[in-house]
Amino acid sequence: MAEPEDGKRRSVTSNAESDQSGPDGSLDKAMQTEGSCLLRRMEICVSEAEKRSGRNAVSMQETFTVYLLETRSMEAIAEGLNPPPDCLWRRYSEFELLRNYLIVTYPYIVVPPLPEKRAEFVWHKLSADNMDPDFVERRRIGLENFLLRVASHPVLSNEEMLYHFLTKEHGWKEMVFETGFQAKADSRLRALNATFRVRSPHKRLVEMKHYSDGLQSHTSQLLRARTVSCYSSFSVNTNGPTVCMCLCSEWSAIEKEMGDGLQSAGHHMDAYATSIDDILEEEEHYADQLKEYLSYAEALRAVCRKHELSQFELEMASQDLVSKKQQREELATGMVRTFSLKGMTNKLFGQEAPEQREAKLNLLEELIAEGEEAVKEKTAECQEHAVKAWADILRFKDQKDKDLLEALISYALMQISMCKKGIQVWSNARECFLKM
Amino acid sequence: MSVGVPRGLASSGQKLITEILHPLSAAEEPMSPGPDVTAGADQEKQEPGLTNGAPVEISSPSSASVLLSRLQLDDELEADDQDPYGSTEARDLFVTVDDPKKHVSTMETYITYRVSTKTTRIEFDLPEYSVRRRYQDFDWLRTKLEDSQPTHLIPPLPEKFVMKGVVDRFSEEFVETRMKALDKFLKRVADHPVLSFNPHLNAFLTAKDLNKRQGLALLTKVGESVKHVAGGYKLRARPAEFCAMGEYLDTFSQKLGTIDRIAQRILKEQSEYLTELREYGAVYSSWAGSEEQLQRPLEGVAGCVTTSCGALEDLSDNMSQDFLPVLREYVLYIESMKNVLRKRDQVQAEYEGRLEAAVLRKQEDRTPIPVEVEKCQDKVECFNADLKADWERWQRNKRQDFKQLLTGMADKNINYYEKCQDAWESLITLLQEKQTEDKTSETN
Repeated sequence: MAEPEDGKRRSVTSNAESDQSGPDGSLDKAMQTEGSCLLRRMEICVSEAEKRSGRNAVSMQETFTVYLLETRSMEAIAEGLNPPPDCLWRRYSEFELLRNYLIVTYPYIVVPPLPEKRAEFVWHKLSADNMDPDFVERRRIGLENFLLRVASHPVLSNEEMLYHFLTKEHGWKEMVFETGFQAKADSRLRALNATFRVRSPHKRLVEMKHYSDGLQSHTSQLLRARTVSCYSSFSVNTNGPTVCMCLCSEWSAIEKEMGDGLQSAGHHMDAYATSIDDILEEEEHYADQLKEYLSYAEALRAVCRKHELSQFELEMASQDLVSKKQQREELATGMVRTFSLKGMTNKLFGQEAPEQREAKLNLLEELIAEGEEAVKEKTAECQEHAVKAWADILRFKDQKDKDLLEALISYALMQISMCKKGIQVWSNARECFLKM
Repeated sequence: MSVGVPRGLASSGQKLITEILHPLSAAEEPMSPGPDVTAGADQEKQEPGLTNGAPVEISSPSSASVLLSRLQLDDELEADDQDPYGSTEARDLFVTVDDPKKHVSTMETYITYRVSTKTTRIEFDLPEYSVRRRYQDFDWLRTKLEDSQPTHLIPPLPEKFVMKGVVDRFSEEFVETRMKALDKFLKRVADHPVLSFNPHLNAFLTAKDLNKRQGLALLTKVGESVKHVAGGYKLRARPAEFCAMGEYLDTFSQKLGTIDRIAQRILKEQSEYLTELREYGAVYSSWAGSEEQLQRPLEGVAGCVTTSCGALEDLSDNMSQDFLPVLREYVLYIESMKNVLRKRDQVQAEYEGRLEAAVLRKQEDRTPIPVEVEKCQDKVECFNADLKADWERWQRNKRQDFKQLLTGMADKNINYYEKCQDAWESLITLLQEKQTEDKTSETN
């Protein structure tokens, strides 16, 4: 087994556990006052996965996986009681629903990502099968990680829907839909996908957007390169041994004297090839961490984009207000500042009746009042969004630095482990050769 | 273009690497060139000098070699397992090939190598020699040895012809590989109890100018099969041991071919992997540029990947420069050995043919068996004895060579992993320090 030493591979849960244990220094002061985080009150665990079959929405038979969600009260545990956990089963799609709800409800928060929907960046499993037990197991871990991150988030952990997700097996979906978030989600999605230009962008948020693009690009490049180089690395680490084994097996059959030495060396090489498998499982874990931050990069980008959208809507509203005020001025003074068809037709065919003008003016005044209110609201909303977003981004940055440093340490340890194994196997082989 | 002292005498295959000392440890000093030695090129008589000093009366070369082989066999039976050349017999002839230099003349460009000799043998006038030889000269030597010692296995030379345009004849790698093979060839000849006393070898090692010899060589060069053996006889029954030899050589040659192909494929994969690995490292560098806290850790990882690339490159170079040449040299060796086996068959066939004819004549008219037939019998017996002795020698050499080859391969691989491990371990220290720093600054 790989030497644990002082840098043993930490399970994904431990990232959140450190939040659990004491005051999290990385939290923004403002956030801390918003309430104690859920994870301190409740122990959460996604412990198992099971296959189910049933009929879906269009009455077709389907097979799917459900995950067992277990929760226990931290208070009870602290008191030394050992209460059995409350359990319920959830599908991946329900987790997705929760996440979508959170994204729409908290547009300024970098919402933790879910494990990938389909197996991507796969190299050693020939089929990227969602039913593959390894994939399911890694997904289970990813789902637990998602819940722990959400439940320890200073803002998200207070969300009621989260609490219900963890405790209310039936009827939760209906509750979520009743909030009407779906409509908001659809319209926001459409708007976000459209291209628009903002006149006065928020400098720091734009920088963050560029950073998120870079983060996305780098993590996905590493994952893709890994797909190729991992295979190659595997083959390179076994190539020398392969040659040896070849020599040995080919040869021991026809050599009298050298036979034994060659054969035992061959056995060592064989053992080496299988031991590499363990290490490659760890490399898989490193890939999972990269994947999480690849998704996190998308979430970060979304926050920046949403602010741009708000900003854009504000600018539109302001512009609209300005043009309405202009119209009012024109009507009031009769002076046409800008060319307009109305102005031309008025000139040509004469102006309208004073009563009509009066009505128009009144309407305009109303609209202007509404518009001013809207702009005020929108400005406040935009500013609040920016402030909250920036606070969460700072929190995210600290978390990312910590997590990725940990990941790099694990990766380095894994490389060392591989080297040690390589040295050992070749030293053993060398002993065999010397005895030949 | 000077390569300097060759890295260890791995090619000698006689001792453990750790025990090998460079025989010319004062190699930096210029060697005193020997005077022209005009040993007769056609001298067939040999004067085997046994190191215990007593000269032996001999009447013909064949008997001498038999005697020598028998003595040699006795020696080797007592010899230490690790020194198959007989530690009781002190080596008295040391040769080295090194210091390649390019020569440019109006007609051609070619490389010469320095051939250094150190010896206590009385056949040599001086204890030390240093001459310059080119590949052509080695080729000449080998041909002369083959012609004059047809019953012995002559070690192979590296490939003569290289496709211009495909291989750079003057690249450092090519020259170094060829030089190592030439060194090996010469050492094998020098260590052979019979071949090392061949006057052509003497000339090769000592003569300032070999040109005359080459001219002669061209004149006297005739096909091997015609020189000693009359053709046209069919072999009746080949002794079992020689059949076994032939079979072994065929199988072995096949295996070597397979391994060569596999090794080449591996080299190709390794080079592709190297390219990918470099790109992989570059991503970490690029990422580091957009990070603050993670900049140094990411650059550290990029550095480790770069180190791994360098180490892997060294490993691949070793495979192509040390491992593959040895495989290929043995393929050549096998070819020349098969030739010798064929010659032996022909000698036996001739004897059998003549004997049969003579017996028939005797039955007809009582003509006694002619002396030539007896001479043929002698030839066959000598050939068989020489061959058997050389075969044993070859097996031992082969075992040593491959043992060294595999051990060397293991060493290089261990080296590769050690380099990588060192890099990652220094990185870990840095990263873990940073992690501790960050934790303490957090709680403050």
